[in-house]
Parts: sequence; C-alpha cells; structure tokens
Amino acid sequence: MITCKRSFLKLSRLAAAIAMGCAGVAAQAADITGAGATFPYAVYSKWAEAYKAASGNTVNYQGIGSSGGIKQIKAKTVDFGATDAPLAESDLASAGLVQVPAVMGGVTIVANVPGIASGQLKLDGATAADIFRGAIRKWNDPAIARLNSGAKLPDTAITIVHRSDGSGTTDVMTNYLARQSAAFKSEVGVGKSVNWPANGIGGKGNAGVAANVQKIVGTIGYVDFADARKNGLKFIALSNKSGNFVVPSGDSFKAAAAGANFSVKGMAPDLIDQTNKDAWPIVTATYILAYEKGDNPDGQQGVVDFFTWALNNGQSLADGLDFVALPSSVVKAVEVEMRRIK
Amino acid sequence: MSTLEMSGMAVRRPLDVQAPQIDVFKRQDRLFHRLTLLFAVLVLAALAGILISLTIEALPTFRAFGAAFLWSDVWSVPDDRFGALISIYGTISTSLIALLIGVPVSFGIALFLTESCPVWLRRPLGTAIELLAGIPSIIYGIWGLFIFAPLFASHVQPWLQSLFGDLPLIGGLVAGPPIGVSILAAGIVLALMVIPFIASVMRDVFETVPPVLKESAYGVGCTTWEVVWNIVLPYTRVGVIGGIMLGLGRALGETMAVTFVIGNANRIATSLFSPGNSIASVLANEFGEADPGLHTSSLFALGLVLFVITFLVLGLSRWLVQRANARQGN
Repeated sequence: MITCKRSFLKLSRLAAAIAMGCAGVAAQAADITGAGATFPYAVYSKWAEAYKAASGNTVNYQGIGSSGGIKQIKAKTVDFGATDAPLAESDLASAGLVQVPAVMGGVTIVANVPGIASGQLKLDGATAADIFRGAIRKWNDPAIARLNSGAKLPDTAITIVHRSDGSGTTDVMTNYLARQSAAFKSEVGVGKSVNWPANGIGGKGNAGVAANVQKIVGTIGYVDFADARKNGLKFIALSNKSGNFVVPSGDSFKAAAAGANFSVKGMAPDLIDQTNKDAWPIVTATYILAYEKGDNPDGQQGVVDFFTWALNNGQSLADGLDFVALPSSVVKAVEVEMRRIK
Repeated sequence: MSTLEMSGMAVRRPLDVQAPQIDVFKRQDRLFHRLTLLFAVLVLAALAGILISLTIEALPTFRAFGAAFLWSDVWSVPDDRFGALISIYGTISTSLIALLIGVPVSFGIALFLTESCPVWLRRPLGTAIELLAGIPSIIYGIWGLFIFAPLFASHVQPWLQSLFGDLPLIGGLVAGPPIGVSILAAGIVLALMVIPFIASVMRDVFETVPPVLKESAYGVGCTTWEVVWNIVLPYTRVGVIGGIMLGLGRALGETMAVTFVIGNANRIATSLFSPGNSIASVLANEFGEADPGLHTSSLFALGLVLFVITFLVLGLSRWLVQRANARQGN
C-alpha cells in the first residue's frame, strides 16, 4: 500500500513535470515541426539537437516517409515537409510550395555472398539491372563471373531484398537501374513502389532491408549508406559513367555532388550517373517543402532560420553521418530561394 | 436534490417515511442503467463507424475493379491495379498453419496441466504460459527475423527439402531457395503466439469438468486418454472451440510479427518456403506511403475484407458452439 502511494506520488510529480515541460515548449514561438522522409532523419535530428544548443529553439522532425511528408505539409499540420523524391515544378506552383535541397546522400548496393568481401564484387549498371529484374538468378552466373575474374562465386540463388513500403530510396534506385536497362524499366518500372520479380522479398524501411541482407545468405539489396555501415553490410563496387569501378564512400558521393547543377527550377537536378571519374552513380538530394505564404509567420521564419543555420553550420555533422553537405555555392542559392518563404 | 427530498419528507404521512429514499434509489438505478447503456452503445457506434468509414473509403476500389477485386491476384502500385487474392491467401494460409501446429500443442499443454502435472509445477507453468501471451507481437517479429529465420534457413529448411523434396506434390511445398522468411516461418511464429491463448482457455475449461465424472470414469478402469477423449472433451467442447477461435482471431489480424517474417512479396506462393504477404502486413507496409487514389482506397478495401473475414470466423464459432450445445441437449 505504501509503495503504491509512493509510486502514485512519483507519477503525479512526473505528470506535473510533463505538463510544465509542455507549457514551456508552447511558450516559445520559434519552435517548429517537420515531417517526412526517413532517409535524412539522422541528419535532421542531429541538426535539431545542435540548433537547440545554439539557439534554444526546438525542431521536431518525424521520419514518416516522403509521401507522408508531402501529405502533412499539404494538410498544413507541419511547418515543413521533407521528401526524397522532389515535387515537379507544376505541383509546387499549384500548391504554393517552395522546395529547396537540404543535404545529399548515396544509395548503396549491398550483398551477402559467402566468401566475398566488402567492395570486392564488381557490377556494371546493366548487370545490376539484370539482377534486380530477376534475369540473373545465380551468383555464379557468367555475366557476374565475367566482371569478377578470380573471385570464387558460389552456386547460390540470388534473393533480391527490396523495400516493402513505398520509399524515396526505391525511387532513386529504380531511376538509376531503369537508365541502365530498358528491360528493367518495362518489367519492374520506376517509382516509390514497383513490381519486383519473383525472387524478391521485402523489408520495411532501410533498417528492414539491411536486417534481411545481413541475415539471409545470397541476398542483394539497396540501402542508404548510413544503414549499410551501421549493419556492417558488404558493398558492391559499381562501374560509373566514366567506366571506373567505385565503392560507396563519403568521397565518391562528394565527387558526384560536385558536378550537380542546382540552378534548375525547383532546385532538383538529376544527380544520377554523374560523369566525374570518382563519382558514385546513385546519389540523391533530399528536399524540404514549405509554404510560400504560410498561416503562421513565426513557424515560417523558424523554418528559414533553422535551415539557414544548419546549411552554414551543420556540414561537419552531415559528414559525420556520411551524408554530403551542400557546396557553399548551392547554400547561397538555397538562402536566396528561402527568402520566398514568408 | 437530496435537500429537496428531505424537506418533502416532513409533510408526508409516517407510513411513507421510506418513500423518498426509494425514489432516490429508483432514480439512481435508472441513471446507472442509462450510463451503462451508453457505454454499450458506444461500442456499437464505434463498430458501425469503422465499418461505414471503411466502406466509404473502399468504394472507389470496388467501383474500379468490381467484385473481381476479391479474386484478382494482381497487386501493382505502378500500374494502379489491385486485387486482394494474394493477401487473402497469405492471411488464411499462415493462420491455418498456426492452428495446425498450435491446436495440438495447446491441447497437450492443457492436458498435462490439468491431468498429469505435479501440483507444485502447475502454478509456475500456468503463469509462464500466461506471460507468453503478454509478450508484445513486435518482440516475436524481431525474434523471428533475427534468430528464428536464420536458424530455420540453415537447419530446418535444407532438412525438410532433403526429406520431402523429391516427392510428388509435397516436394512442391518445400521448393525454392531456403531463405528463412516465408509463409511457413510466419505460420510457425504465429503458432507460438496463439498457443498461450488457446492453451490457457483449454486449461480453464478442462478444470470445469466435475471431478466426480472423471473419477467415475477412472473408477471403471479408463486410462487417462480415455477419460480425456470421452469425458473431458465432450464436456468442454464449447469452450475448446471458443479457445481455438480466439487463437484464430489473433492469427488473422496479427500484423507486426507477420510483417517481419513473411517476406513481403506480392505474389501467391505455391511453396511453403516462398515469401508472401498477408492483409495485415500489406496494410502495415504500404499505408504510410500510399498515394491518394486507388492505392489508398484498395488498402481500405483490404481492411474491409479482413473485417469481414474476422466477422465470418466469429459467426462460424458461434454457430459451432450453438450446434454443439444443441447436440448436448439431445
């Protein structure tokens, strides 16, 4: 009974603390909320933490997925939305939204083949596309062996691990593969959810794909760099546009990002298959969306303040998470574009 | 209110001294009745609300595909074509596997606990089973993906394939690369999840059998098995069916654990080793990122289908129970 009373007291104290905490949050006008893509979640939350320490303002970011982010900003329940797949210029104009890039990152191909080390297995774009459309079903297929003379390839069935949820990562990956193979484009398709072949299994989120590749022998899958590294997955080296085999790394993403021209409308240039000789071919930017004319001026200004701060001060945080910060010239352009957010 | 009653009391005749108090009681009873009625109606309203909103949201899908939605085996987001057959098949096949494994095991557990378990072990074992029922399903899912599926792929699947792989018909059930995550793996994990439910219900109903019936049977020389088969089971048939249906209900709607181990592939698996999906796993996977329009509407339609399946199962169990009761009455 006594312990019961005590724990009740503790509970009520806790409740009071929470209530006061909430009141404190509500009192600060510049606190902002965002929701969307899971891909940049790690960066945004790191930035938010550092921004809180620097300015005292809180940024709440929920990684609910790109489609969710677009839905939320259109429903005006958040101050900014985030998406990996950029909105088309016409969509932006009709919704009155401003779109700017926030950070760049690479999508990697990972595999679990017994006896093959990370970065050892080489694939070109066409062979990767043939694997992902189910045309190549064994790891010792001549098409793979041709690119990997000397490697001991096992007679194991290939199992494709793809995303089971709609995903911006899938969108980038299928965009890349469709450019390597017309057959991939017509059979599998391009988009956030596609028709994967019969030797595929789905994992929920990047973490789900990573877990499946880690646990199942003979798998090949695609995940963001951070999740691949966290799970110690083995990378595949891809040949890029200049014909060099490249292993995913911060440097090969930077090499790809260096060639990007962000001065297009909607600030969403094509980053796939960059010609730089060290460029990793599957690189993408992730975007934020905010209203040109919002109902909540404090929130609007809060979004501009946060991202202005993050783009100028958050580069090393992004680097630490294996994302690629925007080059300073692009940051200037983003700042100009963000002036439209009022 | 009560002061009013008190002042009224003074002018009444002595015989009616208790009357105002009785009025208060009556009013309280009526209030209580209305309040509880309100709670009960709330449940009905929520049920009707869910059903109506599911139907409204699912309408575009049924308009586009008609009833063929139910037996079409295409689920293609890029082509905007949707059918429920793949997920219905996955839901029903995993649930059936779960029952096929879960019911005999649960029966054994309940039997052991009530008939032949030493008294000192009865309580700890019973508690352990109830604890198993309290484990959140996500834990079963994570365990299934990280521990069970790899072990299943490296030890059980090759063994099953070497045992049955060459047989006609059965060979097809174990065909395909042994990757662990599959319809069968989902069925086995589901079986583990429904066993505590079925076993604890069975144990509870087995305990309701009057000792005198069992003792008489033992007295005329029945073995334990004969007592269970001829006395305990007929006496508890209704409860046993109820327990199995409770387990089936849980298996049909189970989401997270199944999503982790079923493989999430949009096709009908002929082999038990193939990945597939279930209604609940498709909803869990695709709802968050579904585009408005036919995709979202089709997910609602799947939800409606699951609702109807669950309702049918419930109806079936009621009917079985009624039939069993009627037969017992004869």
